[in-house]
Amino acid sequence: MLRLEKRAAPSRFWTVVTPILAVVATMLAGGLLFALLGKPPFEAIRVIFWEPLFGANTAYTLPQLLVKAGPLILIAVGLSLGFRAGIWNIGAEGQYIIGAICGAAVALAFYPAAHWYIFPLMVIAGGLGGWAWAMIPAILKNRFGTNEILVSLMLVYVAENILSWVSFGPLRNPQGYGFPGSRNLQNYPSAHNADLIPNSGLHWGVVTAFLAVIAAYVLLNRHRLGYQIRVAGQAPRAARFAGVSPQRLVSFCLGTSGALAGLAGLFEVAGPSGQLSPDFNTGYGFTAIIVAFLGRLHPVGILLAGFLMALTYIGGEMAQLSLNLPSAAIQAFQGMLLFFLLAFDVLSNYRIRAKENAK
Amino acid sequence: MKRRTFLANSAVAGTALATGLAGRAMAASDPLKVGFIYVGVPGDGGWTYQHNLAKQAVEKHYGDKVKTSVIENVPEGADAERALTQLALAGNKLIFATSFGFMDPTINVAKKFPKVNFEMCTGYKSAPNVSNYSGRFYEGRAVCGAIAGQMTKSNKIGYIASFPIPEVIRGINAAYINAKRVNPDAEIKVVWVYTWFDPAKEADAAQALINEGVDVLMQHTDSTAAMAVAKKAGIVAFGQDSDMSAFAPTPRISALIDNWTPYYIKRVGDMMNGSWKAENVWYGLKEGMVQVGEITDAVPAKVKAHALDLEAKIKAGTYHTFEGPLNKQDGSVWLKKGEVADDGALAGLNFYVEGIQGKIPS
Amino acid sequence: MTIGGIDLVVLIASLMVASTPILLAAIGELIAEKSGVLNLGVEGMMIMGAICGFVAAVHSGSPVVGFFGGALGGTAMALLFAFLTQILLSNQVATGLALTLFGLGLSALIGQGYNGVRPPQTDNLNFGPLTQIPVLGPILFQHDWVVYLSLALVAGTWAVLRYSRVGLILRAVGENHDAAHALGYRVRTVRTLALMFGGACAGMGGAYISLVRVPQWSDGMTAGAGWIALAIVVFASWRPWRVLLGAYIFGGVTVLQLRLQAAGIAIPVQILSMAPYLITILVLVIMSARRGRAAIGAPASLGRIFHASS
Repeated sequence: MLRLEKRAAPSRFWTVVTPILAVVATMLAGGLLFALLGKPPFEAIRVIFWEPLFGANTAYTLPQLLVKAGPLILIAVGLSLGFRAGIWNIGAEGQYIIGAICGAAVALAFYPAAHWYIFPLMVIAGGLGGWAWAMIPAILKNRFGTNEILVSLMLVYVAENILSWVSFGPLRNPQGYGFPGSRNLQNYPSAHNADLIPNSGLHWGVVTAFLAVIAAYVLLNRHRLGYQIRVAGQAPRAARFAGVSPQRLVSFCLGTSGALAGLAGLFEVAGPSGQLSPDFNTGYGFTAIIVAFLGRLHPVGILLAGFLMALTYIGGEMAQLSLNLPSAAIQAFQGMLLFFLLAFDVLSNYRIRAKENAK
Repeated sequence: MKRRTFLANSAVAGTALATGLAGRAMAASDPLKVGFIYVGVPGDGGWTYQHNLAKQAVEKHYGDKVKTSVIENVPEGADAERALTQLALAGNKLIFATSFGFMDPTINVAKKFPKVNFEMCTGYKSAPNVSNYSGRFYEGRAVCGAIAGQMTKSNKIGYIASFPIPEVIRGINAAYINAKRVNPDAEIKVVWVYTWFDPAKEADAAQALINEGVDVLMQHTDSTAAMAVAKKAGIVAFGQDSDMSAFAPTPRISALIDNWTPYYIKRVGDMMNGSWKAENVWYGLKEGMVQVGEITDAVPAKVKAHALDLEAKIKAGTYHTFEGPLNKQDGSVWLKKGEVADDGALAGLNFYVEGIQGKIPS
Repeated sequence: MTIGGIDLVVLIASLMVASTPILLAAIGELIAEKSGVLNLGVEGMMIMGAICGFVAAVHSGSPVVGFFGGALGGTAMALLFAFLTQILLSNQVATGLALTLFGLGLSALIGQGYNGVRPPQTDNLNFGPLTQIPVLGPILFQHDWVVYLSLALVAGTWAVLRYSRVGLILRAVGENHDAAHALGYRVRTVRTLALMFGGACAGMGGAYISLVRVPQWSDGMTAGAGWIALAIVVFASWRPWRVLLGAYIFGGVTVLQLRLQAAGIAIPVQILSMAPYLITILVLVIMSARRGRAAIGAPASLGRIFHASS
């Protein structure tokens, strides 16, 4: 029999090696799946992992990796702070929606005026919107001890209904022939979150994501608050004795992750997506939770995990194109990748030992 | 929100002159590459299923002269723009975007690929290399409404509506007007479910209507769930999007079918002989983009004959549902006697005609 | 008995049917969460139950076999989850989300070729003259067997949790896994069994959608029912009878708003749709405020990884 022995600190070696192992294992299992579906397994794997990075159209696909990974990284970095401290915000999807609505509402209130300050105001509104939505579970937790996992999840559904309502109601495009959805902000220069360098995929949201990664790294390694977050997660009782205010941490972690999710929503609605519609949210808030864990809650890890996730989306589309793989196969493949990454993580946190004598 | 219909404003229809020539330069031996993006998956049994049938028909018709590729399950917005670009980069010369929500992304991508032609289903924005196409589903709905008006014994027709948009409102009005013309006592009861596809909710909506005394059911949602409820309750219903013939002869007594096949085959052919140019088409029963499914024997012969006659008149252009005198719900005059609503008015239709109870949610 | 043009008896009878899938899934999730595991993959287990149940029913011609198939499909997914979270100690939130993604994809792959196929029909049980009793007849005696099974499961869960040793162990494991381990209970085994029960229930709930409610297979047909089931468990503050109440309220709100529309009463759809979630938050707040800060109603070890360090 084998047993697991917890390591005092996660193994650096395995932390680096396990993701690679997981990807390899996914390639094997995924290849088997594709073969069962009657598709050439090696070709499929090559298309998914290689084509977007080194294929014929990298001038397009590489920037798209940024576009797809940006919001995932931005949200996941915020979430990881709370997750480290044992504060579980799983309602980022809702904060993302509210951020987008607030930001778009500011833009549409000014429409069609042209001012330099409109976009900055939108950014502030988006961040504040997400922050406020996340402060609901924070305040309820601090005031009443209400479980933040559940409140933040419930608020996702509330946010989705609000999105549906504004898309059909107050923010509907008056020139849209009665169809739901707002004006397209891409056609409103003062509000458009365009690529900073044309066709680079590098818009303000991606820049903010990179800044967030750096800020989180500095916070966790250099700042007292970061230290408190880590202690609170590893030894909650010790943290209390050390003078860490749990309530302040809850407000900080939920508020920050909400603000970042709100920003991600704002940058998306003002940029790549362009308009609010009832189906505006495509699950970034939930996918980001997975990204946060794939990145082992470490800012740099999250950066890489975000790109890996984006790669499977874009490569998956290419595989649909060139091999007629159904989208369901890509979904199942992504699921496998996540399973393997989560499963192999055990190696970085635990040692596997043979059981000497079973008691 | 998915795949809404919309017809081009007639004013913008003329813009397309220039770029029809993309197909001409091709060597005869190369297969023409045709791309599709779907908002759902063919397994939805409704909207995307019908587009996929048309895609298969194109493959069958042209054999190895075409090569098709698909990206399915594409969310609207940024992902759609990327999927369209990937299709263009992969060398597809004609790309079918099969949902209303793909409109703005299609226009963006079309700008970047002037040599690729795009077919935008139910859109309204034009560009030299973007065509818009949609069906006059209300024409088929009119025939179904006439059948429904004669089949109902309780004089209550149930209507499961998806979203309050002109396409759906047009269908409700068309069904009601034609039911009323054959049965002055007919009423229509509308339930808005705010979804195109949620089988369980559609079933609930059907049950709610049946409990209100409805004995004929129409729907503007994609799944067959309502059909199953109708069967259990022993009432009749109409298929939507696809034929839903698994439920014939009852409860399914007829269906409103989106038939994209002739259009897709024609447009691919236009590409091959170099005659493709941007157009805005709104085809109905006459062109076969909208079809009335086979009327089963559960419908009395007289009613069936009347329906077929109505269909023939619509095809011949001698009958128009939205021909006055027609009042708006509030009693004000919409169309005077002999006046026919123009396409612009129909495209933006956002009110009920007189006689329909209830309000359109806003 | 009618209020506002709506026949209450009919309303109740139909909301029972409408709520059965979420009730089954929620009662299963309740057991899993009672043991201290938060499985966010309910949607994935339901959709796998829906397709496995459908395939089994179509090939055997028997809806009963179909429901077994659905339960098996859900259980298989739950075992995958248990393997990852209990043996390999992966994070439950992330694993649950991955399970949903995987289930949606895999079910669509299995379901290729089953679109448009019709499953064997599940009939209502025949209670003879009881059906004719006014009011009670339609509410209590005109359903198919799965509706009664779901009610029996609620009663059984309540009894087991409250009166049996099994329930005691389950709660002990969920409240404090270290103490339970010290007492000699096998935490991982208990949790794996609880998860399997949850998977079987979710699978049956999914099968109820594909075999009774719709009945047909289409991709993604559960359309978010699994997430609602999760909300119901919270709403119910982890108590079986309240799960029943919660499922009927959540299911009832949808049925009610559709029925109000059919009766010609204008209602703001979005506000009504978000109401159950707001009520759930309110219930949570009241619950946690009343009990004081220490206890928050949820099993104390919910979502935490158990590793026996000794």
